[in-house]
Amino acid sequence: MPRVSEVCRHVRSKVAGPFWVTIDLMFDSQESYDAYATSPALSAESIGELYGVDPATVSLYPVPTLKVLKISYPRQAPQGGIEERDLHSGQQYAYLLDVEL
Amino acid sequence: MSEEGTSSRTSVKVYVPQGSLGVGIFPDEIDHALAQEPDVIALDAGSTDSGAAYLAKGVSKNDRGSVKRDLRLLMRAQQEAGIPILVGTAGQAGGDANVDWTRDIVLEIAREEGYAPKVAVLYSEQSRELVKQKLAEGRISALPPLGDLEEEQVDSCLHIVALMGPEPYFRALEAGADIIIGGRTSDPAVIAAYALWKGAPAGPAWHAGKVAECGGQATSANTGQRGVMIEVHADGFDIEPVDPGFRATVESISGHLLYENKNPWRLTEPGGELDVTACEYVQLTDRKVRVTGSRWLPRPYTMKLEGASGDLFQTIMIVGIADPDVLADPQAFHDKMLVVLRERARSATGAADDDFHISLRMYGWNGVSGRPPAPGSVPLEIGLMGVITAGSQELASEIAKACNPYFFHMPLRMGMELPSYGWAFTPGDIDRGPVYQFVLNHVVSIDDPLELVRSEMIDVERSEVGAGAQGQ
Repeated sequence: MPRVSEVCRHVRSKVAGPFWVTIDLMFDSQESYDAYATSPALSAESIGELYGVDPATVSLYPVPTLKVLKISYPRQAPQGGIEERDLHSGQQYAYLLDVEL
Repeated sequence: MSEEGTSSRTSVKVYVPQGSLGVGIFPDEIDHALAQEPDVIALDAGSTDSGAAYLAKGVSKNDRGSVKRDLRLLMRAQQEAGIPILVGTAGQAGGDANVDWTRDIVLEIAREEGYAPKVAVLYSEQSRELVKQKLAEGRISALPPLGDLEEEQVDSCLHIVALMGPEPYFRALEAGADIIIGGRTSDPAVIAAYALWKGAPAGPAWHAGKVAECGGQATSANTGQRGVMIEVHADGFDIEPVDPGFRATVESISGHLLYENKNPWRLTEPGGELDVTACEYVQLTDRKVRVTGSRWLPRPYTMKLEGASGDLFQTIMIVGIADPDVLADPQAFHDKMLVVLRERARSATGAADDDFHISLRMYGWNGVSGRPPAPGSVPLEIGLMGVITAGSQELASEIAKACNPYFFHMPLRMGMELPSYGWAFTPGDIDRGPVYQFVLNHVVSIDDPLELVRSEMIDVERSEVGAGAQGQ
């Protein structure tokens, strides 16, 4: 099975306001999007496990016209808090790249 | 579109010169923009993305020189074109101090250049007392993931702002303002305000504001350092980068609702929601996109509150480690170091467990992720950062000094010769200052969009060019 990085032309993450993280997976073709956007490896449960987040708080937004899957979840600690490791959540996408679909 | 009684205006052109005031306008872009005869210049000057420090401290993120340079270029453009300039979320955070800082730069430029603009200043900072009063009145509700607001949370805030919609800008424009310096404002609102004031349809105006708030980032330029021209009209809006070398494409424009947005279809704004579910995007020319179908759904008026606290303080220490025994089992090293440091902090300072916090981050191992790497990973080296947090800078610093020898020399095994890990500085402990955090994710419901906004109008008198700041 392919990894995320093999079927997406771009994957990015950022804060959406101080309390949410949003990740965009931009698939490289309609075929990739159709085949993998709904993969169990990208479900709320899987995302929850990968990022240590309650799956009930994970939102998935498929955008077929753009071949994008958007995933949003709440930050687990306040932005800029005492254990901050990624203020803009700009590096969180990296942990998705090797996920097998 | 409304007829203002004079011209049969059918569209409004908004020039957005950059995604954030001060990132560096290209002067020839302004020439291109003015040739298209825009009706207004509008831009955003702030963001919460880089954290709560700018609201807490009342300072800008961009340096003064860069902000002044860009403002001077825009004020010169205003002299040429005779169109208003709207700046929202001034000084990065849009608190009163951030707004005043920006106002002072504008007045300085006016003095130096001999301009005499009418400058409106809009303040949206709120006192803790007012917020607690609104809380008592039951007018404050929480946005997930936070829960109901407690008074202690309000009390912990150094500064609180409410996000303005376009209405305070309408009032300033009606009063004849040439330059409007706005406090914290919803990003699209400052871009949409002039068009809305002129009676443009709300859905397209708000959507255009959202796409253009980052300047050229939603185009092939991929950067907020470039500007865009938007035209809001009866059918929707058009968007095109100002520089002829860049293009707006259906993909880049339709994709921009994804950017820094948790929901790609709906955006909540003061007074309503923008719904782009039914939008259609057409490539009008190879550089320009037309968007139709943007819908504005009016809602009871609420303003989002942002509050910054700074009641914890940190001291940090960083050492580099190349010792292969440490690199062979970084997690064990981390766990042992943490126990040792906590014990030392308690015994040296008498602090209780609740009084301090120690975090060890191992860059090169799991400093960014905070989670165990794949089994079998061996780092080439580790940058060990210790972060000590306490209720005062003095205590954080004292604990760091007490921990220093252990941070520096901790052996993996009892009885071995003490190692010396690699400092970059002397002294090694660095007092970092307060931990700034956003405390509020709440909205306040209000009856009048202007009730929480203070405004001032400054009628700048034309100075002799060269007087004042240049020193005479």
